[in-house]
Amino acid sequence: MAEKVLMKGNEALAEAAIRAGCKLFFGYPITPQTELAAYMAKRMPKIGGVYLQAESEVAAINMVYGASAAGKRVMTSSSSPGVSLKQEGISYLIGADLPALIINIQRGGPGLGGIQPSQADYWQATRATGHGDGQIIVFAPSTVQEMADLVASAFDLGDNYRMPVMILADGLLGQMMEPVELPEPLGDAALPARPWALTGHHGQRSHQVVNSLFLDAQELEDSIVRRFQRYEQVRKNEQRAECYLTEDAEVVAVAYGAAARVVRSAVNKLRQEGLKAGLIRPISLWPYPVDVLEHQVGISKAFMTVELSMGQMVDDVRLAVAGRRPVNYFNHTGGIVPTPEEVAVALRRVLAGEELHIVPFHSKLKGEQQ
Amino acid sequence: MAENMNIMLAGFGGQGILFAGKIIANAGLIDGRQLSWLPSYGPEMRGGTANCSVCLSDEAIGSPLVTEPDALIAMNLPSYERFVSSVVPGGVVIVDSTMVGTCTMRQDIEYYTVPATALAEENGLQGLANVILVGKLLSATGFSTEDVVKRAIDKSVSAKHADLAEANKRALAIGEAWAVQEC
Repeated sequence: MAEKVLMKGNEALAEAAIRAGCKLFFGYPITPQTELAAYMAKRMPKIGGVYLQAESEVAAINMVYGASAAGKRVMTSSSSPGVSLKQEGISYLIGADLPALIINIQRGGPGLGGIQPSQADYWQATRATGHGDGQIIVFAPSTVQEMADLVASAFDLGDNYRMPVMILADGLLGQMMEPVELPEPLGDAALPARPWALTGHHGQRSHQVVNSLFLDAQELEDSIVRRFQRYEQVRKNEQRAECYLTEDAEVVAVAYGAAARVVRSAVNKLRQEGLKAGLIRPISLWPYPVDVLEHQVGISKAFMTVELSMGQMVDDVRLAVAGRRPVNYFNHTGGIVPTPEEVAVALRRVLAGEELHIVPFHSKLKGEQQ
Repeated sequence: MAENMNIMLAGFGGQGILFAGKIIANAGLIDGRQLSWLPSYGPEMRGGTANCSVCLSDEAIGSPLVTEPDALIAMNLPSYERFVSSVVPGGVVIVDSTMVGTCTMRQDIEYYTVPATALAEENGLQGLANVILVGKLLSATGFSTEDVVKRAIDKSVSAKHADLAEANKRALAIGEAWAVQEC
């Protein structure tokens, strides 16, 4: 077993990407993601890779497009406002069936927002990473170890399904240090073949095209339908979630990333009081892990989603639960991270049969906490 | 093995709050424990207050944000005032008395006042008041062992500043041995 080292989440993502064979990074600094770019700036030249600080996020994502079309394992990283700038390029990557790793270390929005941790880009990541019919795979790590572990999977799935993959984390995970056991480095030979890549062939084969423009409507529809057939495979095969104390849980919290860490502490508090609370932690946000939620509907009386946003993932929980159980909600937003105590209060109230929703709940809770 | 412990370190930017937290975190790493280290970041760090949450545990760590510290290291008055009320009853507060001066004290927590900044000056260890306070935290709580914390110092100082490890270890010893406890 490799020795554990103490690393920030941002640094662990960067080192894991290098070990997964990524030799090209194009980005632009932004808090709270900057350590990732800084780490790449230091390391890439030493391993014969390229770190390039582009003139903008828009330029960076188009460099990613070019490198991916040329068959290279490539990534970019940013934080919320920067990811918004990349959206056009991400849509082009989707339309051209190009794999790439995009990292979003979320901060508060909308607009320039703030720089503290947030999960308010869930809709952007899972519903509208760019215009047009399309999806990307989205992973949401919750520990620094998981940040390191998901990188290689993200690259591999991107290659396997020919689509961009996002790791959606937040300022808390990016900035914190935890012990991490880094994956073994992959040799270049271990990288998957990309027979579709534009590598030059001196007339040895018919020419290949990487493109997202289809002026013939039938041709465009066909290409989208083919892509959605792949999405069906992704939905079937790539759902990931962690279930924590869910087997006998009367109330189940659903939370991902940093919020899931807070909920885990709250669930532990309730268990110490003999209350049956559990946690479902989605690791893949797209495809959403509907199968574990479907199973949980048969066990639990109520659900409660906890997010660092005004309520985005809660839509997916409601879709999966489909009205069969109440889906409650507790949140903070704008960069405030809820305390385990607040979440525990909310969970106790749901267990007692109360229904909690966003705005009214905040004002009610304030009274109780004094 | 020491008990699970949530530690808050707080002071001005530049006092070495994050570094002190890193030493504690590295000690947890060497001890093979679960741990997290979370800094305040952004505008707070630039001329304002800096704080750092460190959790040491034998189970998986949930929230890395310490809201109810078992131990508080306070390196200035605003930080002391901001965090002292959140310390759990029976918890430990370690105060740099050179910087904090006199302050109102709670009756239900243990105080260790160490004139760390003055001690650092007197011993030619300018800038190492933070590590003196880590030394006092060590003798007050036993969050790890002296040998491990010394190794943690070696891990925490960057290769560029490896020559400073010895001074850090002297600072650690001064804090560890500081005996006066006031209430």
